[in-house]
Amino acid sequence: MIDVGNPTGGARVVKSTLITGLWSLALMALGWAMSGCGAVGADSGSTSRRAERLVITGSSTVAPLVAEIGKRFEASEGVRVDVQTGGSSRGIADARSGLADIGMASRALGAEEEDLAGFTIARDGICVIVHRDNALTELSDPQVVEIFTGRLANWQAVGGDEREITVVNKAEGRSTLELFLKHFALDNRDIAASVVIGDNEQGIKTVAGNPGAIGYVSIGAAEHAVARGVAIKLLPMSGVDASTETLSAGIFPLARPLTLVTHGKTSALAQRFINYAGSPAVYDLVRELSFVPAG
Amino acid sequence: MPAHRPFTIWSESYRLSRRVDWLLLWSLRLSAIVSGALVLFITIFVVAEAWPALRNIGVWRFLNDASWYPSGGADGGTFNLVPMFVGTLLTTAGAILLAAPLGVLAAIFRQAYAPPGVGRVYRWLIELLAGIPSVVYGFWGLVVLVPMIARFEPPGASLLAGILILTLMILPTTALASDAALESVPRRYVEGAAALGLGRWAALHCVALPAAGSGIATGVLLATGRALGETMAVLMVCGNVVAVPASLFDPVRTLTANIALEMAYALEDHRSALFVSGLLLLLMVSALVLAAEAVDRRQTVG
Repeated sequence: MIDVGNPTGGARVVKSTLITGLWSLALMALGWAMSGCGAVGADSGSTSRRAERLVITGSSTVAPLVAEIGKRFEASEGVRVDVQTGGSSRGIADARSGLADIGMASRALGAEEEDLAGFTIARDGICVIVHRDNALTELSDPQVVEIFTGRLANWQAVGGDEREITVVNKAEGRSTLELFLKHFALDNRDIAASVVIGDNEQGIKTVAGNPGAIGYVSIGAAEHAVARGVAIKLLPMSGVDASTETLSAGIFPLARPLTLVTHGKTSALAQRFINYAGSPAVYDLVRELSFVPAG
Repeated sequence: MPAHRPFTIWSESYRLSRRVDWLLLWSLRLSAIVSGALVLFITIFVVAEAWPALRNIGVWRFLNDASWYPSGGADGGTFNLVPMFVGTLLTTAGAILLAAPLGVLAAIFRQAYAPPGVGRVYRWLIELLAGIPSVVYGFWGLVVLVPMIARFEPPGASLLAGILILTLMILPTTALASDAALESVPRRYVEGAAALGLGRWAALHCVALPAAGSGIATGVLLATGRALGETMAVLMVCGNVVAVPASLFDPVRTLTANIALEMAYALEDHRSALFVSGLLLLLMVSALVLAAEAVDRRQTVG
């Protein structure tokens, strides 16, 4: 007898849905992984002839900007620009070995890198943010260190209201985290975080939702948020106001240049791209991604 | 005739004699092979990517290192996955503990107590709840739920926030599965119960719910799978601090959030270690599928 109304049938359907659902989850994770380490594609398929190709690899901070610039460059020059991420050190290694025409680094070149040529295309700054209702207007560098290492746990200790401090830190591997740690001579293991976040936007929302929170994000992103009325406040760093003005004036202390790197003789095409990436024609892209034009 | 495979009564030769059936057979075989192979390839890929970390770092260190600071590489970094494993277990278990009874009660209400009009609207509401993308739940959690919890117990981003968001997300699954299971209880069971003089609650409790038991159980397992794999919403509300939480108000990081937070920036051993967390997740999911199989088999035998 086939009993159509038997509940077991329904159970079996539910179970097979379960299995399909779980594997599609695995697939999604896979897609995530591949996109994370693969190309930040700036491909355009509109090439009838075999196009010239420019390979650019390196810093994941610079890559989104260069990918956008690359799209615009492709449209005007009819070439292909491949942008791949993998960190500043990979960008520098690839430029040296010739694997990439241009490398990307989210820092200035060091003394042991004199064989390379660096071109700054934009600047990025990192500022400390607190909730808008926080009475504080300034924190000294040692105070920032004491708060992030958990030695100060209440805002009262630095002249604020009686409220517990919530330290918002960035996830391991992010360049913002590295720059912040380097500036304050901290080790990530010393930081007493209450919340760990991924990108700037999440950091801003977390701070805006908690009157006791303190975090650090890219200046451009924080300014955008304040302009939109989000409840955060940018604190000055070592007495210098945190703004895109002080950043472009070069006086904001926690800043880094976004650099394109080449090794040896630069090809004509690579040189054209570097000139284009530093030109006013792409300033709108630079600002859109919360950076400051270098020019 | 085995009741669960009614389409096998046609002989193989009869099917092959028909050209259309032949085409159908092979296209079905092909799609079966493709979906099966896909699953195998993904598993092999994850294992292959996790292998360097398992070899350089060793399973022992994933369980015994002091903490999780993976960017130092195999020598300088530490790779303890246990807090994330515990985080995944706690958020999932908490959400199931809330969503399973709520879902069953919602189904009982709709099937047995709600007036037809209310029942229809109610079902529509629950289906709507199921259709909301997880990122929207996460966003809502981040701007509403977390600040609400932070007012009582900072930082707000916590195990509790994660459990509540996950409960909301999997409630439709448990409610709809229980609803379908109750609906498919044969009418004669209920009529029989009524004929024996049982009241509505007794009929539900003694007849309908046991008959629908396996449907409800598989629904709960399906919901568990969704809770285990959920990433974005959990990442936004859980705080993501790598530590075993001491209370409901402490932040936690789940295995999925760990992958999503760090994968884009991870290199070499760090990247491979993230695939180890993916592998751990796959193992948990496999255990769940086996559990679902066991529930199903017990029902078929019993």
